[in-house]
Amino acid sequence: MRVATIAVHTFKESVRQKVLYNLVAFALLLIGAAILFGSISVGVERTILITLGLSSISVFGLLIAIFIGIDLVSKEIERRTIYNILSKPVSRVEFILGKYSGLLLTLLVNTAVMTAGFYGALFYQKRALGPEDMVFLGAVYFILLELAMVVGIAVVFSCISTPVLSVICTFCLYVIGNFSTDLRTFGQETGSAFLGTVCDILYYSLPNFGDFNVISRVAHADNIPGYLWVGNSAYAALYITVLVSIAILVFEQREFR
Amino acid sequence: MTLPSPGGSQPRTYRRACWALLLLCLLGLIPIQRGIDRRKAGEPGATEVLFLPSGKFLRRVSLGYESLLADIYWTRVVQYFGRKRLEHSNEFTLLGPLLQITTDLDPHLIIAYRFGSIFLADKPPQGAGQPSEALALLRRGIVANPEYWRLWEDLGFVYYWDLKDYPAAVRAFQAGSEQPGAMDWMRALAARVAAAGGQMATSRFLWSEIARQAGNEQIRKNAEDHLWALDAAEQIAKLNELVALYNSRQGQPARSFQALVAAGYLRALPRDPSGALYVLDADGRVRLNPRSTVDLDLLQ
Amino acid sequence: MLALETIELTKDYRLGFWRNRIKRALDRLSLQVEAGEVFGLLGPNGAGKTTTLKLLFRLIFPTSGTARILGKQLDDVSTRFRVSYLPENPAFYDHLSADEFLNYVASLFGLSAAEGRRRSGELIDQVGLSASRHVPLRRFSKGMIQRLGIAQALINDPDLVVLDEPMSGLDPLGRREVREVILRLKDRKKTVLFSTHILTDAETLCDRVAVLHHGRLQGCGELNSILSLGASATELVLEGPSAELLDEVAPYTSSLVRTGERVRLEIPEEDQVQKAFEVILRRRAKLISVNPVKRSLEDYFLQKVGNSAESSQEVASVYDSN
Repeated sequence: MRVATIAVHTFKESVRQKVLYNLVAFALLLIGAAILFGSISVGVERTILITLGLSSISVFGLLIAIFIGIDLVSKEIERRTIYNILSKPVSRVEFILGKYSGLLLTLLVNTAVMTAGFYGALFYQKRALGPEDMVFLGAVYFILLELAMVVGIAVVFSCISTPVLSVICTFCLYVIGNFSTDLRTFGQETGSAFLGTVCDILYYSLPNFGDFNVISRVAHADNIPGYLWVGNSAYAALYITVLVSIAILVFEQREFR
Repeated sequence: MTLPSPGGSQPRTYRRACWALLLLCLLGLIPIQRGIDRRKAGEPGATEVLFLPSGKFLRRVSLGYESLLADIYWTRVVQYFGRKRLEHSNEFTLLGPLLQITTDLDPHLIIAYRFGSIFLADKPPQGAGQPSEALALLRRGIVANPEYWRLWEDLGFVYYWDLKDYPAAVRAFQAGSEQPGAMDWMRALAARVAAAGGQMATSRFLWSEIARQAGNEQIRKNAEDHLWALDAAEQIAKLNELVALYNSRQGQPARSFQALVAAGYLRALPRDPSGALYVLDADGRVRLNPRSTVDLDLLQ
Repeated sequence: MLALETIELTKDYRLGFWRNRIKRALDRLSLQVEAGEVFGLLGPNGAGKTTTLKLLFRLIFPTSGTARILGKQLDDVSTRFRVSYLPENPAFYDHLSADEFLNYVASLFGLSAAEGRRRSGELIDQVGLSASRHVPLRRFSKGMIQRLGIAQALINDPDLVVLDEPMSGLDPLGRREVREVILRLKDRKKTVLFSTHILTDAETLCDRVAVLHHGRLQGCGELNSILSLGASATELVLEGPSAELLDEVAPYTSSLVRTGERVRLEIPEEDQVQKAFEVILRRRAKLISVNPVKRSLEDYFLQKVGNSAESSQEVASVYDSN
């Protein structure tokens, strides 16, 4: 119950931040511009709109997740508003869960707005929307799973260090997560068994974002295979649990001088 | 950064439960990831092609990190190629597109052109067996890197080895040899190919050019040797014709060149470019004098 | 029934780059606060008052020792329904307005939306913020924030109210209002624990005090009994005394300050005061006022730890590390 209260409060606080509006507006602008880009080359208008549109949703969602996520806990600690909250009948676990859920809610709403804009652009381009356009919701679902993981990472860093470091670390982890397959390949290509094992360990422990990117698939009108739905959802659920547990463990020990 | 201090807001058992949950979930990720990887690898290869973004698009969105991305794609090329080789596959459908992306991202990634062309041109299962793709790749490389004359060399070799198109090979070598900084033996290359391909005139021209411009005595001598060999080969061919003519006219095989001179077919005893006399051996074939310094093996 | 009890509560901090230096912020504090009393925690800056209060609310964790609030262990979150805390120099969410903030706090206490609104409305009026109830907190002055802090500490109608330097940043009017709030709480049989370094505040409000210095309990009990250890001087203010009078009272006068026509004498021994009166009457001098000289807290501490340069530096350095 208190988790929900904190979540709603966090949501309201995030929504009042100007940076949010700027990012969403920019995303919508980009989606609109995608229609123009498409008209330059023949036969690929739809592909370009889909690719650019979905990529914008992903990128801007990522920016929101990182920039609001890193402040979630560290800002409360810095401004000392945390004293107030933790002296109420709110456990530290509830605090973390509430903050996390609140930001997730924010992302959900923002993504919904951007997706609506995306579908609007699709409609404008084709003058109709058909059942084949439903597949993009799947891509958006995977984007949301990705964002949920990134928020988890941001919250962990928010509990540990300063905002500047948190941004850098979260962003780096996101980039590495997108190239984790290549990291593993690198480990396999080098003859060293030691390096290979290290890279394998990194591959399984670092977040693997590559599988969540189905944008090129759906842009070429291909279906999202069933195993990806199940696999990605399970992966995200487990990984988020790991991240939130880490955040809770760290935050439990934290003293506020 | 704050380090944990003794105590915590929850009792120890609670924290232990949290750790247990954390580790369980972390371990649970492994089978899930493995499952996804397995299913992905099992997908039919043809559909693979659709999922690659265009190189030009990637270049635009890479925000200045194109060369890094190119390096990454190059590793993917190597990985893809290696995997296909391991599987003894005869199909390398993605090789061309991956190389296209790599070189779109970084047109100056020479290694992609050089080895890429080898991967593409070699016949399966060594390579993709797509020499024309290899040519296209190299041409793009040459356009982007005109000063890198070795690409011409690679181009020439594809023509020579895989397509047996000697005139084209010669043209490639020649074009490469004209680039500033090109090593002298590029011209030698062109000339050899021309010779082996049967185009003596080109070869002679190239060798004489080399001999003329050689800044180095050894190269000049080498060129001269080649020219001599060319001339000698030509002379031997002509002399053989003359001997055959004499034999058919006179009704009896000539024993030596003296006979031809006496019969008016030759003005003087024929000498090779080194000045040694040609020899007409017992079978009626024209040969080099054993003491001649001309080396016909250079024509191989 | 004890509202609060600490047993050998100790807090060490590890300092230095290698975390090898230990600074003891609180040394085996054992304290008892009875239900229904107003208890003051006194001490100079850096004495350990804030440390104690933070330990009670699990913002920091004790190195050793325990405490019980309303009979329950510290890690029992449910006690917080009946207790409230106002930190020193409080900070609240900037983007909310006063009533939004109080409503949020009310919901954290599990109050229904309607009940929360009712109570926050009442409390806003009570602390004098009615005019600013819809103003975002980022525009509040320090005094207004402090008053809001009192309001949020009362919203759950707690049995124990813990206030860290509640008078700080308030003008005399504000201080009086806070004093009234505390007295009202006392009337309703609530327990109030507050920390301060201003003696007069403690004097007017507290039933008992504990005095902290260097993290250690120096004394506990009624304020006057603590501070009256040692002599209490008397101050006499005379107008236009003659030089002979001054000479006569000089032997038992510890200080003499002349301001224009007025002279302020300080007589340390109580029985000498009577003699001074006799001299003044005999000489027909004009007596303006007679007052006991209150010993300041600083005097008390300086006496306790010795008047040395090191101790005041010690006090200063401990203050800095906070």
